[in-house]
Amino acid sequence: MSEVDNSGWESVIGLEIHVQLATESKIFSNAPTAFGRPQNTQASLVDIGLPGVLPVLNKKTIEMAIKFGCAIDADISSRAIFARKNYFYPDLPKGYQISQLDDPIVGSGKIEIEINDQKKLIGITRAHLEEDAGKSLHDKYDNFSAIDLNRAGTPLLEIVSEPDLRSAKESVAYLKKVHSLITFLEISDGDMSQGSMRCDANVSIRKFGESKYGNRTEIKNINSFKFVEKAINHEIQRQIDVVEDGGRIEQETRLYNSSKNETRPMRSKEHANDYRYFPEPDLIPLNISKEQILEIRNNLPELPEEKKLRFVNEYKISEYESKNLNSSKELSIFFENIAKEVSYPKNAAKWVLGDLTAMLNRYNTEIKNSKISYRDMINLLNKIDDESLSGPGAKKVIELLWESDKSVDEIIISEGLDQVQDEGDIEKLIDTIIEENPKQYEQFNNGKDKLFGFFVGQVMKASKGSANPKKVNEVLKKKLSQ
Amino acid sequence: MTDLTSLTLLEQRDGLKNKKFSSEELTSEYLKRIDKKNKDINCFISIDDSAIEKAKKCDEKISNNSGSVLEGIPIAHKDIFCIKDQRTTCGSKMLDKFISPYSSTVYEKLSNAGVITLGKTNMDEFAMGSSNETSFYGSVKNPIDLERVPGGSSGGSAAAVSANLCSFSTGTDTGGSIRQPAAFCGVTGIKPTYGRVSRWGMIAFASSLDQGGVFAKTALDASLALENISGFDPKDSTSINKKVPSLLSEASSNDMDHIVGIPKSIINNIKDVKVKNNFEESIKILKKLGIKTKEIELPNLEYALPVYYVIAPAECSANLSRYDGVRFGYRCEEPKNLDDLYSRSRAEGFGDEVKKRILIGTFCLSAGYYDAYYIKAQKIRNLIKESFLNAFKEVSSIAMPTCANVSFKLNSIQSPVEMYEQDIYTIPANLAGLPAMSVPSGKINNLPLGIQFIGNYLKEGVILNLANKFQEQTDFHKQV
Repeated sequence: MSEVDNSGWESVIGLEIHVQLATESKIFSNAPTAFGRPQNTQASLVDIGLPGVLPVLNKKTIEMAIKFGCAIDADISSRAIFARKNYFYPDLPKGYQISQLDDPIVGSGKIEIEINDQKKLIGITRAHLEEDAGKSLHDKYDNFSAIDLNRAGTPLLEIVSEPDLRSAKESVAYLKKVHSLITFLEISDGDMSQGSMRCDANVSIRKFGESKYGNRTEIKNINSFKFVEKAINHEIQRQIDVVEDGGRIEQETRLYNSSKNETRPMRSKEHANDYRYFPEPDLIPLNISKEQILEIRNNLPELPEEKKLRFVNEYKISEYESKNLNSSKELSIFFENIAKEVSYPKNAAKWVLGDLTAMLNRYNTEIKNSKISYRDMINLLNKIDDESLSGPGAKKVIELLWESDKSVDEIIISEGLDQVQDEGDIEKLIDTIIEENPKQYEQFNNGKDKLFGFFVGQVMKASKGSANPKKVNEVLKKKLSQ
Repeated sequence: MTDLTSLTLLEQRDGLKNKKFSSEELTSEYLKRIDKKNKDINCFISIDDSAIEKAKKCDEKISNNSGSVLEGIPIAHKDIFCIKDQRTTCGSKMLDKFISPYSSTVYEKLSNAGVITLGKTNMDEFAMGSSNETSFYGSVKNPIDLERVPGGSSGGSAAAVSANLCSFSTGTDTGGSIRQPAAFCGVTGIKPTYGRVSRWGMIAFASSLDQGGVFAKTALDASLALENISGFDPKDSTSINKKVPSLLSEASSNDMDHIVGIPKSIINNIKDVKVKNNFEESIKILKKLGIKTKEIELPNLEYALPVYYVIAPAECSANLSRYDGVRFGYRCEEPKNLDDLYSRSRAEGFGDEVKKRILIGTFCLSAGYYDAYYIKAQKIRNLIKESFLNAFKEVSSIAMPTCANVSFKLNSIQSPVEMYEQDIYTIPANLAGLPAMSVPSGKINNLPLGIQFIGNYLKEGVILNLANKFQEQTDFHKQV
């Protein structure tokens, strides 16, 4: 469904997503790909682009690209062929980037997104392999820029969408879908904060109902879900303002500045590079057999959509819960580890998406960094099940698990959260309460049924919340009717 | 005592093995000779000071019979092959101070075979040239006539063998850069099948055409040298994963039958009648040896030169982009900004011929021109390959002149097209990736000429055998 702006403008958006593939070594050299190491310590002779060096293709990258292609039901090329994309930049050591032009590994495919409870198919134009560039560090020294080539040669899968997206929200939904796909496929860690997934957005506007596209701008350098939404929204508004003021949109590349929440022109079409692509003569085309593709297709891991359905069927949770639990592979695994071990998986979903997620949000982190293990959660849920722990008690335990180093059992003991189960103990409590409240007791016996709640409350209060409310109810009924 | 430097590689190998002389003696004779001759010929850019030390170590190995196949043989490398911790200039100001942190596979292989590197030879800048006049280090002079060019781009390596300044030398051949200087200097030179010799550490000019090879006094010497640099290298994706046969035994075999293809229309169109006569005389010699010949057609070869001058510059324009003054090589003084750093470093670091080719290549690849030039050139390149493949259904090798002329005087060719035409007979083998070699075939006005043998893919042994038979019957290769 298209989102129509108040002013009657429709936005048309296509995304180019760069995904760093999770290989151990680089795409054309044997240097490691790990992030955050001291500058220029992970750049080999090949990555530096010394005279006389030659690229050798890391075949793992081909497998990963095919995996992605199979997952979106795309055409897979019968050969891997690379091209040189020529441009000068200090962090591009060879003066060209080895990329793909003709015959990208992954041809056209489709990705389904969900927006406002409606499903929408987003076309994928292509996905191709290429090498990442290094990094220019402009603020490290006063009078000159520095170059870090650790990232140079890191394998990238560039996923290009059709201009099928109609709003910033749809763009984010699509980006999140790609994120969940690549993490489920385990071809990337998808960590946007480390640049493992980066996004350029092509944005244009047109009057709603118009079939021709307007001039588009390309916004580079967007590195979080939040910024994608902000940058696109900002750019749409900017374009509307320009056009409504009688101006026209120039086809150009713009940079998004997240601290100022604005896009600024980087280079115009007139200054656009002529990349002078030609086939990379240092690499001979690599044939990809139908058998190889079939084998990868047959061994694809469970994908988010399938897993979502399975969770609904197997664990009787709602579709909404399943979707959220499958927003990342790690979360889905965390949930399933618990669901398999407890009597009421539905409760597991409730607690994982509720209090546990609240803690993750409070500490601004992800499930992989959770201080609460799935074993803690199993323990907790079993205690809720056998009614030895109350709901409020469990909430308290989750908080303290995060904030202290104590175990579930230690917290229950130290906080006195163990529910009083023994009927004898509860009876004693009730006897005391009846004794202390003879008036209410009498009124109740004279037909004032509402007072039952009063007695439950008193008993619970006396037990400091540790009495099992169900038992309290049972015993109280017996006692009061005596 | 005979002059050790005038011996062939095989004679030197046997002499060392039988302890007739030591590697130290051999090496010091070469060094003395280089000292005397190089100032005139200018074929060396650098000399390895440790050569004598290394020769002593080789002698130790030889004395306890642990020497490798080429133990103690002093050679020279074209200065396009990277050697760890040594200067590798590629004949350019751009790399004048470049010390390579790694070694090429060719260097490693020959070092493992026991050779001693005397030094690195002069060459046209980035291997672009046919006369050795584009070198930053000055022209190399042809040892046969110091007023003339040695050919290019591997002119230093050809001259060094011709003047007995090394036992054999390495070279590279992108469009004739081994065969043309071999012909001009009266030595034997071979460029093997594309992919036979690893390009790792061999500074790129045009990646799909560049191929390493050797210069030697004889076909047998060349075969022994070549088999020691050939072989699959996982570091070069275009390297061929096929076992290398003993080229020396193939070259010296008596059991090989040949049918030599004579491309009729090419021979009929040779302009210089003396060159044509020389070629026909050479064919008569082969026939006298009982070798069969067959007239063949090689259609589309007339387009080889223009095709080459699209593809080679296109590839070079990208290959030379890394020389930007940022990480290594020449950097201009006090750059004002990034564009200034790029443009001045490249303007000051590259010579005219290199710049010309970068411009041609950049143009050919530009939007709007790519299809008309690069794509068309690739199509014709495939047609040329087909022509050869068809021919090799009927013949085992193809003979044609190496060059249309003998060595010319320094600075005498000013027209770039005329200079590019130097490679008219050699370029087709590069475009097709076929092995090809040049052997001396006589002289015109005391200047050597070469005959070229082109073989089928991986059939280096066949053309080496043919060349050896030719040399058994002639003494042109001994006339330098």
